[in-house]
Amino acid sequence: MTERLADWTKGAEAIVYQTCKACGKIQYFHRSFCAACGATDVIEKPASGKATVYATSLVCRAATPETRAHVPYNMLLVDTVEGFRMMAHGDNDLAIGDEVIASYRPFAGKLVPYFEKK
Amino acid sequence: MSFITGVGLTSYGKHEGSSSLDLMSKAAELAITDAGLKRSDIDGILCGYSTVSPHIMLATVFAEHFGIQPSYAHAVQVGGATGLAMTMLAHHLVDAGVAKHVLVVGGENRLTGQSRDASIQALAQVGHPDYEVSLGPTIPAYYGLVASRYMHEYGVTQEDLAEFAVLMRSHALTHPGAQFHEPITVADVMASKPVAMPLKLLDCCPVSDGGAAFVISREPTASTGVRIRGCGQAHTHQHVTAAPALSELGAEIAIAKAKAASGVEISDVRYAGVYDSFTITLAMLLEDLGLAGRGEAAARVRAGYFGRDGAMPLNTHGGLLSYGHCGVGGAMAHLVETHLQMTGRAGLRQVRDASIALLHGDGGVLSSHVSMFLERVR
Repeated sequence: MTERLADWTKGAEAIVYQTCKACGKIQYFHRSFCAACGATDVIEKPASGKATVYATSLVCRAATPETRAHVPYNMLLVDTVEGFRMMAHGDNDLAIGDEVIASYRPFAGKLVPYFEKK
Repeated sequence: MSFITGVGLTSYGKHEGSSSLDLMSKAAELAITDAGLKRSDIDGILCGYSTVSPHIMLATVFAEHFGIQPSYAHAVQVGGATGLAMTMLAHHLVDAGVAKHVLVVGGENRLTGQSRDASIQALAQVGHPDYEVSLGPTIPAYYGLVASRYMHEYGVTQEDLAEFAVLMRSHALTHPGAQFHEPITVADVMASKPVAMPLKLLDCCPVSDGGAAFVISREPTASTGVRIRGCGQAHTHQHVTAAPALSELGAEIAIAKAKAASGVEISDVRYAGVYDSFTITLAMLLEDLGLAGRGEAAARVRAGYFGRDGAMPLNTHGGLLSYGHCGVGGAMAHLVETHLQMTGRAGLRQVRDASIALLHGDGGVLSSHVSMFLERVR
């Protein structure tokens, strides 16, 4: 496995995914192996941040004081041009099918990916 | 073969001062009495989990508390599918001769034992700790995402989803144990507070205290027996980010396996007990299971198809949406109600014919599925 690249889950302004050298499958959740074939030869790559909105849900009721400060916030599932799906935040008026691009915004003490229309 | 020989159910809502073990014990006592058995007849125990009182050995904690020394015991956890997963396991255990009478029990003081925020926060942890939970989602948000996509693909509207909340409430009105007894309309659902759009407060099940239990036995203990004909499971993912396409979800896989295991077809089914944590959950599962065509479940609700006097009575106790949801016990109430219907003991709620029933449970975010067919035998 190549060295782990810092991504938004580690506080960096980046979305990182993995590709398997053995079977070619891609995965978003970081692992030391390929979940499709088990090979340990996976390569880390930064994603472009370009994606299409797959699903949206505007959260109006949060469960912690930190997240409540941001209400309402729009949760998204987006399909990236690289071919993996990820959860993120985005503009409240985004609709399914919108082409979007990632930036990064603070949320409840962390940095999270935030998508806006291209 | 295996039979559900006894069922027990508490009312759902507030049980101030009752612990999870108290609620489990109450339901267990009812189920054992219903089966015509003594505590000493129980030689197997399967229990769920409690978010209020987490424990690494809940089954033996319960067994000691309740006063049973079983020869087989452990806890099971697959979220909302836990009750049916335990029942499926009990079916196989008694069928294999490992135990004679298995007590399946779930109960939790989820409403009064912790704050509502604590419940919502505990449940949100089914999400991925790094890639999802840090974004501040809630269980309604996970299902809200699925709902937005399902509505987009199949032309389902928020008013369509509201029909399921209204139906479950109308059923709960006739059950004294239900958490809610005020009738609601589609307009009420539409006007209720937004939670995680498109889901509003009345699209969501409540947080409840309550307990439910069954006894699964090798032989019937009463003149009317309820036999487990066959079951199936499917576990396609844990996190909604990793879920397959809407047309490839686990409910379709689980029901196909249950059909193969039982020889029962959907056209044989006369009563349905289907998991309904949110209105979207119920709409999707009914369509995945083949109880309605894609995007057509709401039209069937409007036509009375799923009502007590309809062709396919559904969750006649009011479901999670209106009987209530106390965690593992929540969806076990569906099986208790099914048993009462199949044995002609549902009183004012009794349907004409519940000779063959379909039950389906879902855990996580449509992650874990259990389908089960039951048959009445005399």
